[in-house]
Amino acid sequence: MKPTPTPDATPVTRAVAQDSANPPWKLPPPLFDARCRACWFTAALLFLVVASFVSLNLDWAAFASMDAARSMGRFVAEFFPPDLSPIFVNKVVWAAWETLAMSALGTAIAALLGLVLAVPASRLSHQDPAWLRRPTRWLLNALRAIPELVWAALLLISAGLGPMAGTLALALHTGGVLGRLFAEAMENVPSGPGDALRTQGVGRLRVFAYATLPQVLPQLMSYMLYRWENNIRAAAILGVVGAGGLGQLLSFHMGLFQMNKTATILAVMLLMVACVDVLSFSLRRWLNR
Amino acid sequence: MNAPARDPAFASRMLWLCLALVLLWPLCVATEFRLWVLWEPENRKVTANFVRSFWPLVYNAEFLQMLVLETWRTVAMATAGVTLALLLAVPLSLLATRVLSLSALSGRMDRWPAVLRWCVRATLIVLRSIPELIWALVFVRVVGLGPTAGVLAIALTYGGMLGKVYAEILESGETHAAQTLMRNGSGRLQAFVYALLPSHAAELASYTVYRWECAIRSSVVLGFVGAGGLGQQLDNSMKMFNGGEVATLLLVFIALVALADRLSAWLRKALA
Repeated sequence: MKPTPTPDATPVTRAVAQDSANPPWKLPPPLFDARCRACWFTAALLFLVVASFVSLNLDWAAFASMDAARSMGRFVAEFFPPDLSPIFVNKVVWAAWETLAMSALGTAIAALLGLVLAVPASRLSHQDPAWLRRPTRWLLNALRAIPELVWAALLLISAGLGPMAGTLALALHTGGVLGRLFAEAMENVPSGPGDALRTQGVGRLRVFAYATLPQVLPQLMSYMLYRWENNIRAAAILGVVGAGGLGQLLSFHMGLFQMNKTATILAVMLLMVACVDVLSFSLRRWLNR
Repeated sequence: MNAPARDPAFASRMLWLCLALVLLWPLCVATEFRLWVLWEPENRKVTANFVRSFWPLVYNAEFLQMLVLETWRTVAMATAGVTLALLLAVPLSLLATRVLSLSALSGRMDRWPAVLRWCVRATLIVLRSIPELIWALVFVRVVGLGPTAGVLAIALTYGGMLGKVYAEILESGETHAAQTLMRNGSGRLQAFVYALLPSHAAELASYTVYRWECAIRSSVVLGFVGAGGLGQQLDNSMKMFNGGEVATLLLVFIALVALADRLSAWLRKALA
């Protein structure tokens, strides 16, 4: 909004207008203005960044020094040649299969859990009082907020070392994520078919099974596939705390400084992640065609 | 009027259910999925003791002070990591963007620019496909325990993610303005600053904010391999079976994630 110059402009404005090359409403705005939200935001951002770097007292010397470069070089050189003996490769391939199985089973359980929790977490019709909507959403948020790795570390105490803890961890975290997505999908579904059944006196379970579920099923499947893709990546690293799969093998051999074996495991891990990326990319393109 | 008792799709439903159960079997074998292990008396006792020790929460002054410090450190690690990631991502994404190619204005891109763009893209993909936890494991070996390893791990992984997505965002949408500028003799950087940036700024900023939120979550996880912050404290308390501390740390972590979630949602709404 620029004010149009009027004859009754205050003398001050007119004086500035005469002094400056451009009239004041054409000058660029001042760099900082107390009423400018973007200015405050930028200032806060700068403060946050500077405070972060200052307070962390990062050890740049250790990283940028010649010494660190040399130790990094030695570290990478130790990776070669990767251990390709058939026995070890078999072991790594088995661990990769275990990782895949963990992610698949974890996602399947998570889908069941998500579906079970999504029903109380959504308002399925206008008459639905949905008493449990708030508490269930809180529960879903809590499940979702704790990352898989933390769940795995917690579950190790009761499930012991091994892939079961990892599977359960994936199931709990993904259950929270999927439950929320499912609940939103169910609330956004057109209410026509459900209403038609409800006016006929059909019970709630059958309304859900024959009206709500068939409508949202394609969406649920696509959410599930998407989370499965994420979970394959997550399952590969869960083992670092001892929850099975490729990660457990990795942390074991890295702990023993067997770098040749570590290199093989890392290569298989990258190959798996790359395959999943390519597959999901081409699948999505094929679906969107 | 009574509803038909028979399900018309009964046979196919049963078939799919049985097929799923058959497929589930090898998965359960591979993951050693034996839920009853959880109910064995010994495990049940350990679990019950651990869960019971969650209450009362620990809130003495010393612990609270440590908690505040570590929470700030977690946020600082994420912020510093994302800042370094930006330093990596911005130049690489400018190099990778096809819209900013001069030779592509007249038909096909020349060979060497195309090779360079392809190489940059491959670098970004490799950077982001190695999980940050693996980077952190490597850097802990090189620079020792502490936040430096975590910051570097976040910087590399997120640099790859941000760079790839920035390039994709810049290539999406209308490219007319940039092409017109370059056809009329402006440089590539000028075309970026005056044509691509204004039309994509909101999207770029909102993706960066979203990634910062993700970085907070992953900086907690990085603590588990010794990169400092809340995660490392959580790991220590868990190893000592100190349930009260674990519960307090988890609550603080959930609150932190919720706060970051709110803040980033609000910022993204303000930016849109």
